[in-house]
Amino acid sequence: MRNNVGREIPDELLIHGVEAFQGQYYLHNKEYKKASPKVRTFVDPAQDKLVPTLKEAIEKCGLRDGMTISFHHHFRDGDYIVNMVVETIASMGIKDITICSTSLGDAHDPIVKYIESGVVTGISTSGVRGRIGETISKGRLKKVAMIRSHGGRVRAIETGDIHIDVAFIGAPSSDAYGNARGKGGKANCGVLSYSMVDAKYADKVVVITDCLVDYPNFPPSIEQVDVDYVVVVDKIGNPQKIANALLRFTEDPRELIIAENATKVLVNTPFFKDGFSFQTGGGGPSLAVTRFLRPYMEAKNIKMGFAIGGITKPMVDLLNDGLIRTIVDAQDFDLTSIESVHNHPRHFEISTSQYANPFNKGAFVNKLDFVILGALEIDTDFNVNVVTGSDGILRGAPGGHVDTAAGAKCSIIVAPLLRGRIPTIRKRVTTVTTPGESIDVVVTEVGIAINPRRQDLIDALKKTRLTIRTMEDLKNEAYSLTGVPEDIEFEDKVVALIEYRDGTIIDVVKRIKGKSVD
Amino acid sequence: MLFLNAQRASLIKDAYVYKPDSIIFDLEDAVAENQKDSARISLYNALRTIDYRGIERVVRINGWDTPHAREDIRAAVAAGADTLRVPKTEVPDDILVVEKEIEKAEKEFGVPVGKTLMMAAIETPLGVINAYNIAKCSERLMGISIGAGDYMRTMHTSRSASGIEMLGARAQLVIAARAVGIMCFDTVYTDLSDMEGFANEVKLIKQMGFDGKSIISPKQIPIVHQIFAPTQQEIARAEKYIRTLGANSRDGIGVFKVEGQMVDVAMLEGAERTIALAKAADVYEGDL
Repeated sequence: MRNNVGREIPDELLIHGVEAFQGQYYLHNKEYKKASPKVRTFVDPAQDKLVPTLKEAIEKCGLRDGMTISFHHHFRDGDYIVNMVVETIASMGIKDITICSTSLGDAHDPIVKYIESGVVTGISTSGVRGRIGETISKGRLKKVAMIRSHGGRVRAIETGDIHIDVAFIGAPSSDAYGNARGKGGKANCGVLSYSMVDAKYADKVVVITDCLVDYPNFPPSIEQVDVDYVVVVDKIGNPQKIANALLRFTEDPRELIIAENATKVLVNTPFFKDGFSFQTGGGGPSLAVTRFLRPYMEAKNIKMGFAIGGITKPMVDLLNDGLIRTIVDAQDFDLTSIESVHNHPRHFEISTSQYANPFNKGAFVNKLDFVILGALEIDTDFNVNVVTGSDGILRGAPGGHVDTAAGAKCSIIVAPLLRGRIPTIRKRVTTVTTPGESIDVVVTEVGIAINPRRQDLIDALKKTRLTIRTMEDLKNEAYSLTGVPEDIEFEDKVVALIEYRDGTIIDVVKRIKGKSVD
Repeated sequence: MLFLNAQRASLIKDAYVYKPDSIIFDLEDAVAENQKDSARISLYNALRTIDYRGIERVVRINGWDTPHAREDIRAAVAAGADTLRVPKTEVPDDILVVEKEIEKAEKEFGVPVGKTLMMAAIETPLGVINAYNIAKCSERLMGISIGAGDYMRTMHTSRSASGIEMLGARAQLVIAARAVGIMCFDTVYTDLSDMEGFANEVKLIKQMGFDGKSIISPKQIPIVHQIFAPTQQEIARAEKYIRTLGANSRDGIGVFKVEGQMVDVAMLEGAERTIALAKAADVYEGDL
């Protein structure tokens, strides 16, 4: 059937209560019973949780063919955990495993050979980059991959749509009883927000660390009451790739024009007032917006009530200078943010459920005034694609995009009109990840477009000197420079489902046709 | 005036987004000898198909002493370039010979004769000495520009932070341009990592009376605009001069005081230029 954003969802996928996407708030007020994990009690104080090798931990967990294992991506491109665990599983002859990760990237290219050999047959993730994305797009993964937003992943776990048999949680520091933290070790990532739900809902929880510390390792991100085993390994990851020493501030003039325009949009809306809330990603223009915002805040004596999301130095600087009252943190990108969380009295770690889960009793994203987001493609209906490249191959991450766009009062997309020869703004996006109804303003280097649903923003921004244009007009300008992009040819085979945060299907990714896959 | 390598499609396809006042599509030094034809074709197609939103389109052609100049002129004129920049001009003949060729091309491609303007780049001591004669030699000349690279070489010196080595040439050129009533543009600043040094140089040449600065990166545009755009204070004063001069001339008063400054009709031109510049720089919010 055709869903609410005009995408054809094959009927054979709409079974077991799975619905096509109906609108961003369709499941508001839905009642459901949460899933619950199997718990193995730990009563005898003489028993130990420390296990000498990863292999023994996997054996003790009773992992077998067909089970689901989970990981977080706080270690980003420096992660060693996923490869280490899957390699061990493969060496034990276990197969048909589903990986439920919060994201997968270039660091996980070695997993491809285990997809080819049938050790890994299913993937549920918020992001797929590198060779895994290509492998899925070629149709080499046995099961259909599930692409879920950060909030959507938590929802899927809590509703029981996906059940984790064993959660493997890489931790920069842990004590022998499983109190684990994102700090205090050799390779710190700051917080362990993505794993908090895994620890609560997985049948078995294994903490993997390279820095065993004295008991109790407090305050813990992952609590001992949820942890079955602790394994100490040589290295959990590459610290240089886990956290940047300093994210470079963009000097690209195009990105700076976009960031300046986005900042002007933000400060001219009625939501820019004392106590406003704000989230931005770690991309070039987004980081620049945080920097450009400061003089406006200082000039009008406006302070940010709270900042959320992936935290970076510019945000921490604002906190330290008293321009932000509270930071709630679900991921850290640089050494400054890692140092600040838990140390600054108003910089707190939150779980991904608190951050973005649409099926709890109200997530932080619902209280956002502004979010600044990127996009690979945007169409004239404001639908956004952040998961497939314009060649149709999976190479992106919905992450918190969908969640924050649905929650924020004003969601701002920052994107160049073109990337190389490829129009970013086009008639139809390759894949819809975020519905147009969640997107309020699109900011490019040649002007901004405001969603016609937002008359309030149109009224507020028409008084400014910003160049306001229609999406159609922006698209025409892009096409006038590049020509009309040819449609990519796909086969009928669905290789990935794009699940909206509420569990409905917003789009599917099909296997791409022809030589380009090889 | 933003220099871009005409061969680089990725650079020239949408350079208008940075809002330079002019784009100089370079067929000369930025393009390798064996790539001259491809750069020319790329330039022709860009100028024919891309709407540069009113930004002046200047083409830097290869020198007349090269085998490329004639084709460069034909392609630029046929594509409708606004201005051709002639490199290493030393004597008026360097301009006149190109002018003749432009006229030939205009006739060949049905472009109104005289539509294509010219800019003389002066890059040698001889050129500097002849600046006035060059500047007045053709009706097509909209401006002259100094090029520091070759000038430094031929003067046996190199660039410094103070710019003292450029002082003589800059002064000579700007005086020549003003004497003839055309514009004068300064050379490029090549150290993209030193934005402070760049800003100092732009302040210096603005104070000397130059009309603009040649640049090599869009990064440099905001600094040039910021320094050349009139301040709100200058705009307010100019508005006051224009308004008061208008009212007083109706009442037959010639000289009067504004904020303690003696003002007469000679100040009108400067005030009007300030308002025009404010409008061009998109910083004018008044109703003049």
